[in-house]
Amino acid sequence: MNDIQSYLAVASILFSLGVFTVITRRNAIAILMGIELILNAANINFIAFNRFGGMERLDGHIFAIFVIVLAAAEAAVALAIIINLFKNIGTVDVDQAKELRG
Amino acid sequence: MKKILLISLISLATVWSQNSSAISTLEDSSKNSSDAIECMEWFVNSNTIECWENGEACNIYKCPEYDLKQHEELLFDDSNDNLVSLLSFIPELIIIIGLLSIILLEIIPNARKWIFHTVTGSIVLAFLYMVLNPSENGTLFMNLIAIDPFSTFFKIIFLVSTLVVVLISDSSIEIKDDIKAEYYFLILVVLLGLFLMSSSINLLMIYLAVELVSIPSYILAGISKNNKSSNEASLKYVIFGSFASGLMLFGLSWLYGLTGSTNIYMVHHALASSGNELMLFMSLLFIMVGFGYKISMAPFHYWTPDVYEGAATPVTAFFSVAPKAAGISILIRFFYTVFTNDSGFSSSSELLDVNWTFIIAVLSALTMTIGNILALYQQNVKRMLAYSSISHVGFMLIGFCVLSYEALASMMFYIFIYLFMNLGAFAVAVFVKNKTGGDNVDDWNGIASKVPLISAFMVIALVSLSGLPPTSGFIAKFYVLAELFRMESYRWLAVVAIINSVISLYYYFRIVKAMYFLESDNKNTDKIEVDIFDKWIVVGLCAQPIIFYIYWSPLLDFIRSSLSIWSS
Repeated sequence: MNDIQSYLAVASILFSLGVFTVITRRNAIAILMGIELILNAANINFIAFNRFGGMERLDGHIFAIFVIVLAAAEAAVALAIIINLFKNIGTVDVDQAKELRG
Repeated sequence: MKKILLISLISLATVWSQNSSAISTLEDSSKNSSDAIECMEWFVNSNTIECWENGEACNIYKCPEYDLKQHEELLFDDSNDNLVSLLSFIPELIIIIGLLSIILLEIIPNARKWIFHTVTGSIVLAFLYMVLNPSENGTLFMNLIAIDPFSTFFKIIFLVSTLVVVLISDSSIEIKDDIKAEYYFLILVVLLGLFLMSSSINLLMIYLAVELVSIPSYILAGISKNNKSSNEASLKYVIFGSFASGLMLFGLSWLYGLTGSTNIYMVHHALASSGNELMLFMSLLFIMVGFGYKISMAPFHYWTPDVYEGAATPVTAFFSVAPKAAGISILIRFFYTVFTNDSGFSSSSELLDVNWTFIIAVLSALTMTIGNILALYQQNVKRMLAYSSISHVGFMLIGFCVLSYEALASMMFYIFIYLFMNLGAFAVAVFVKNKTGGDNVDDWNGIASKVPLISAFMVIALVSLSGLPPTSGFIAKFYVLAELFRMESYRWLAVVAIINSVISLYYYFRIVKAMYFLESDNKNTDKIEVDIFDKWIVVGLCAQPIIFYIYWSPLLDFIRSSLSIWSS
């Protein structure tokens, strides 16, 4: 468990789970969770590459911290939008939001 | 079915990540890149020119391949100190001061009426400062941001389009007075993000800038809180947007792993020596998703029509120009720097023979065709303009799949022309929406007899959008296609483009037909009062197609000189 392949495998599995969630789930909150999985997969990649890639600078770690901050900001905005949607149409199912078609 | 999909996804990903050839080169490439970093750092920190001329210094660091070209010499200068950087950051600082003072004015009683003046004032001030006092080329904030004529060109586009959007949203009925402060605040934040996007040269900065543009845009799309369709637009935008930027981030993480650096010039040097085509190709695809979503390139365009229809019309006008131009600028800077052979704009081949220009060519044809065909069926004018903007992006991408310096100039020329004609059409759409309250083509019936001047200028804008001769839209399309023929590559793309131009005539002229030849349902034939302010905005914007048709060479020279830093 102390080589880069394991970390990359975990990150890839997490990434696929995230993509799978976004594609199949119709609940807006669940889709957001899938997006968080993708971001965290990227974070694991960054940290693993930085740790095992023989890099002296800490670019990867810093990148991961910024991603965490941005994920929080994005989740805040997305949840606010979803709450507003719930107030307006009474559900968070994305298939029910079908005013705009064509 | 779902389970099969899940299992296949996971196994594919695992196999890919365990791909031995991928991992084995990882160490080498990172070693290479740390050499490159050392070389660069030494280069930056020492009295460079003499050391490089005697040649020996280079051999110590074993990096003779990294011959720094003119642009990079300019980039890695010693003005990297953060405080010194602020001196070249003044246009952005003006915008930051402007958006902070909006918050102050909002809470001071009776000061709200000054908000509009603050916004326009800070935009105009930033524009004047940038044009009259151009800062020297270089990098800021520890090589995060580049200041060069290329980004200045795009910054001018952002400032002009934001100014126009602020002016047309002041009179719009869709932006209520009590949300004006938030609205202008968000517009300025997006503007700041666009500035950073067009000038970032670091993977981290690219991601941050894309998110700084995206997150306020999600809120802007849903700015009318009680409007169902506006709400739905922002929901779709936030889901598509964060998914696409997540994929882009994953691609960036692989690129970082392959090269060990976040500076795009060092990424390029390390990639060139690593030779790992598979990983390069995968991360390229992921990154293309992120940028493609920003410029609404097919097949990542699904959010565009919904968001454009649901959002308030001034917001739509803003989205259709400024973030697209920013997406194009980052696409050019990133792909030309990282994924071509000489890390320069004079280069003419893809890095490691990864054939990404072919992908761009196919997607360009797809984007044009989808945009135009679907636009034929639209009743809603905003939705129609959304599809038309998708097809225009397809046209711009033609310039991108030919790797030449002139093609880039033609592409940037197209964006500049597109800015005026599209904003002109949207300014008229906002005007009609204010007067008739409707978005459909039927609401435009008989407008010509009520507002003859504005209708006439709308016709000019539409003719220009469809690319017919007495307007600059024709010149723009001509340059893009001429460059395609000159380089003798992707001839089939030219055929697709010309067929698409013909298709686009139909739906643009449906609006003309509604304006001039159909009768309005209500028999009220009184002339509509036109605000003098609205009139001058529309006339000013829609006159540009004619002006640039007659005399465009100064613009093209300006674009060429803004690219010249890469051309040597």
